[in-house]
Amino acid sequence: MDELIAVLREQRPDIDFATQKNLVDDEVLDSFDIISIIALISEHFGVTIPPEEIIPENFNSAESLHELIVSLLDE
Amino acid sequence: MYFTSSAFVLFLVVVLTGYYVSPGRFRPVWLLFANSFFCVASGWAGTACVAATCLTTWYAGKRMDRLSKSLAARLADADLVSSEAKALRRRTKEQKRLWLLLGVCVNVGILAVTKYSGFFAQNLNAMARVLGLSFTASGFDFALTLGISFYTFKALSYMTDLYRGKKTEAAGSLVQVALFVSFFPELVQGPISRYCDLSPGLFAGRIPCRDEFCAGVQRILFGFFKKLVVADRLLPAVVILTKSPDEFKGAYVLLTMWFYAVVLFADFTGGIDIAVGVAKLFGIDVTENFNRPFYSKSIAEYWRRWHITMGAWFKDYLFYPLSASSAMLKLIKPSKRIFGKGVGVRIPVYIVTTVLWFTTGLWHGASWNFIVWGLTNGAIIIVSQELSPLYKRFHARFAFSETPVYGAFQIVRTFCLMSFIRVFDIYAGVGVTLGAYASVFADFGREGFAARSVLDLGLSVSDCVVVALGVCVMISAGLWTRRAAYKGTSLTARVCLCFLLFLATTVFGCYGIGYDAKQFIYNRF
Repeated sequence: MDELIAVLREQRPDIDFATQKNLVDDEVLDSFDIISIIALISEHFGVTIPPEEIIPENFNSAESLHELIVSLLDE
Repeated sequence: MYFTSSAFVLFLVVVLTGYYVSPGRFRPVWLLFANSFFCVASGWAGTACVAATCLTTWYAGKRMDRLSKSLAARLADADLVSSEAKALRRRTKEQKRLWLLLGVCVNVGILAVTKYSGFFAQNLNAMARVLGLSFTASGFDFALTLGISFYTFKALSYMTDLYRGKKTEAAGSLVQVALFVSFFPELVQGPISRYCDLSPGLFAGRIPCRDEFCAGVQRILFGFFKKLVVADRLLPAVVILTKSPDEFKGAYVLLTMWFYAVVLFADFTGGIDIAVGVAKLFGIDVTENFNRPFYSKSIAEYWRRWHITMGAWFKDYLFYPLSASSAMLKLIKPSKRIFGKGVGVRIPVYIVTTVLWFTTGLWHGASWNFIVWGLTNGAIIIVSQELSPLYKRFHARFAFSETPVYGAFQIVRTFCLMSFIRVFDIYAGVGVTLGAYASVFADFGREGFAARSVLDLGLSVSDCVVVALGVCVMISAGLWTRRAAYKGTSLTARVCLCFLLFLATTVFGCYGIGYDAKQFIYNRF
């Protein structure tokens, strides 16, 4: 989780990813941020997020994103 | 059959009556019958395209659903080891992909042949001339009156959602798919609803409550007001301004931009108001397509609030899949090496953004005008994205950037910028539009303005007054919905409002003898 937060901060240092719960719904992250985050996740964790998983629920918080990465690694 | 024609009003009354007197379970079938009649009344070529789209979408969806169900049954088998389950999932996904590809190819093929073959042939011939080849290609010439780009996108989203196995359950029958694809209020100019959002209302066969019915009528009347009082009254002036760009130069080009912005807004949102209102009369909620776009403070925000369902479609089915594709992710490493860590990550996204806006332009129309317009939008969004750190520093340094005055300036700036690039739609070609832009700077001033008179635009003083009042009504409605004032409105007030809208439209609207029920601008797309 800490590693993921460090990766997210690489893209948006101005956001407190540990506390924010509505990153997409509150328009804190835009589509450019989301794609950049997907690229960073692919680079750091070797996980490719499929298009069907690019939904607000998976990107609203660091926890939900963490859960998604873990489930994709399990697959 | 245009929404503003008397034939449509008669059709709606008959369909509504039939819907309300039918038993609940027959209502969806009656609605499908109404959709079919609407298609046939609009032309046989269009009807054939809709029928082909419904059939192929239903069949591809059915095959994908069968594969998903078979996979679920096999996975339920307790004896299956993890590696076998993984292989089975992969194999099923590959088979589903084949059906998706087939469905997409057929539907995009129909769209390409009917809408774009003439454009492709035209460009091929131009290339052949340049290369000195004696080669002449010809495209098909279909006079389609139904919005093929809209219902094709609905069909594509249904099939893609089924392939992804998220959000959407497969339709139970061909009737359900046909009902979704050909739903007549959405058929000509959207919104581009998703199956998961529209289907519950479509298949329920519900009669709306009194408040809903009244809200539907109110929406329809406001749509007619926008179209007949504002758009159709101002459109002839826009046509005159753009047909003679050599005569109407300088300040007239600015007038064209603002006039066209008003016409397009009144025309498109008016059409959507009618579609949403008509659906409400059948107890069906369709996805909203606008969220007061002219109150946006940036182009990116404008595109989140204008034609929302199209923007969401391109984001979900083109932008995200392309950006997150392995090809684009592989591009990041070399891109970072060349452009540095920050910009390097964004370069692949910008490539996809360019593809996205090229496609958005092409979706709007088969001409270079639309493609250049789309690419201009993309370029502005990319430049804004790159300049965003600069904006942030500016906002942090100067306190006035948080004031309402600065907010108003941002709104006016976005409106002017959008109006400026949107005229690519209406001038005869890209060169003519660029010439018009140049004349804003070269021929601005009294001489340019005095070359022609405002009276040459075919607008009388009363026309100008009516349009100005209409614009004021639209602005007030925008502010009203922002404050959600309508939520506490009593039924009596709603009925009074409906009466006023009806009165205003009948007194000030363009219709009657000599009036040609004009096609909505977005019908062409």
